[in-house]
Amino acid sequence: MASETTHDVAHTAMTLIDQLPVLQILIPLVAAPLLVLLGTKRLSWAITFIASVLAFAVSIALLWLVKDGGFISYELGGWAPPLGIEYRVDAANAFVLLLISGISTVILPFAYTSVRAEIAERHHTLFYSCYLLCLTGLLGVVITGDAFNVFVFLEISSLSTYALIATGAGKNKRALTAAYDYLVMGTIGATFFVIGLGFLYMATGTLNMADIAERIADQGANRTIQAAFAFIIVGMGLKAAIYPLHLWLPNAYTYAPSAVTVFLAATATKAAIYVILRFSFSVFQPEFMFETLTFEYLVLPLALLAMFAASFIAIFQTDLKRLLAYSSLAQIGYMLLGIALMNETGITAAIVHLFNHGITKAVLFMGVGAIVLRTGSSFLYRIQGMGRVMPVTAAAMVVGGLSLIGVPGTAGFISKWVLVQGALEKGWWPIAVLIVLSSLLAVIYVWRMVEILYLSSPVVGADKREAPLTMTIPMVIMAGACVYFGFATDITIGASTTAAQGLLGGTTGMIEVIETATQAGH
Amino acid sequence: MHHHLILRVVTKLLCGAIMLFAFYVQFHGDFSPGGGFQAGVIMAVAFIVYGVVFGVNQVKLVFPPWFVHKLVALGVLVYAGTGIFSMYLGYGFLDYGAFDPGHPSHGQHNGILAVELGVGITVTGVMVAVYYAFASRPPTINDEDW
Repeated sequence: MASETTHDVAHTAMTLIDQLPVLQILIPLVAAPLLVLLGTKRLSWAITFIASVLAFAVSIALLWLVKDGGFISYELGGWAPPLGIEYRVDAANAFVLLLISGISTVILPFAYTSVRAEIAERHHTLFYSCYLLCLTGLLGVVITGDAFNVFVFLEISSLSTYALIATGAGKNKRALTAAYDYLVMGTIGATFFVIGLGFLYMATGTLNMADIAERIADQGANRTIQAAFAFIIVGMGLKAAIYPLHLWLPNAYTYAPSAVTVFLAATATKAAIYVILRFSFSVFQPEFMFETLTFEYLVLPLALLAMFAASFIAIFQTDLKRLLAYSSLAQIGYMLLGIALMNETGITAAIVHLFNHGITKAVLFMGVGAIVLRTGSSFLYRIQGMGRVMPVTAAAMVVGGLSLIGVPGTAGFISKWVLVQGALEKGWWPIAVLIVLSSLLAVIYVWRMVEILYLSSPVVGADKREAPLTMTIPMVIMAGACVYFGFATDITIGASTTAAQGLLGGTTGMIEVIETATQAGH
Repeated sequence: MHHHLILRVVTKLLCGAIMLFAFYVQFHGDFSPGGGFQAGVIMAVAFIVYGVVFGVNQVKLVFPPWFVHKLVALGVLVYAGTGIFSMYLGYGFLDYGAFDPGHPSHGQHNGILAVELGVGITVTGVMVAVYYAFASRPPTINDEDW
């Protein structure tokens, strides 16, 4: 595999299909500075939207290419991996790429109205530029096969996220402290992550993930590799808001502009969860005792704690955005639980839930954004009865809420079903019971939301109109997706199972795939 | 600053030399230590020194903030544009071999020059923008800002 590929004199020109992996990153990356260079407030949204649609199309094509297993490798700058940076697309990350670019495409029409209402016009160009950089970073974290490149893209997405959250300061100055908190925590997380990479580099002498995996498999576990694992899990845990490392999240989600909250809630933590998955199963081997022990005795209890504690806190919130933020923490618990089960069904559940929760939270936060547009606040007492005057918005939110609980017929049910199956497969039936019990807590806070929206009379002083079509259409699309993926599970479960198999296949799986790829004349 | 005669004269003299040195580091970067990052910082220093001695408002007349922001974006586009050009030629992203297929080392040479130019432009812009952001802060915070 590591043979030096020198360019022949007769170079065969690469086609557009060959370039797809880099186009995924390049489109938003080029659009971002283009916005600043053009400096047009009117065109900035349009360019952002076009870039997002193109990125979405690319991710669909990528998923199509890898959905039956196998992977695409793209070498940057003509330097063959493991020396050069490699983009490596397989079912696991193609699926997450699809989620991120898809969510971005759907919420941008929503963002158009929301951003105009919440952010001063002179900041629009820079706002959309930051948004595109954030998209670039998240897509990059997911697509790259180079461990250090993950860190670089992570920083691109994080730095732009801090700026995006801070733009909420126009409405509420607390956005500044929220962004600052996140900056401090996020930087610590990124530092831990890069320390972990340093250890890995020390132990293996390479930064290419597949290569690291191979060398770890050869030399077995030692103290350096264990330290690397610990640092990477804690660093990414901060980014993913694993329960005790979550303190930045509620404020960041609450005070960020609505459009940013939707985007972050649906994508940012998901990318971090993906990185945890990728490192735990593709880079480190789950056969290692220390990894199994970490997941069983550390991550599993924390995931359970998150499921209950965060749901419990959510019940007592007085701000709808904050309520949903705590609910996000609980849902991250389910994803971690899936990972901690360390069997194929569990990992499938984690990936399915990553996707399903992404679309579910997108509906809910978009609903809040639409209500904020009319009432100017997301405090529960300020949005009372808005469900009666905004029927479409409220209906979409109810669908989202049902999916959050995991009612049959919604996307949330599918992921919890697979998760329960994973727990039962392992013979851990108390865990299965706990999953169901914690869903009951979700019933309480979702009911609170419904009660506030429908069962009280509308507040005085609110703009009592339905949200504009640019907002309701994305919401309805996402709510429709929640229901659609509750019935049509071929795409989600199919892709997730392939992804889980690929991840659990570990190094050996990758070698097999390489062989088949070379046989196919790749 | 009217009384710092020596500072003012020396700064005016040095600014040009600093810029020239920046260009040297920029375009000689492939043969000697240096490159876009260093050259960008040195170029920015010329403006920052001018701003420190003559006041930030004076330097803003020469190098207006809107222009600085455009430079930041332009550099990234030059960098990415080099990669896109190599893709257009049927090679991978940033595969400099594309620029001179018969003689790949020349291709590498040209590609690195183009990319480093982009880096230099962006770094100049970012350094000056950071300086402006700090130096242009209003001395007190208005009540209405809170």
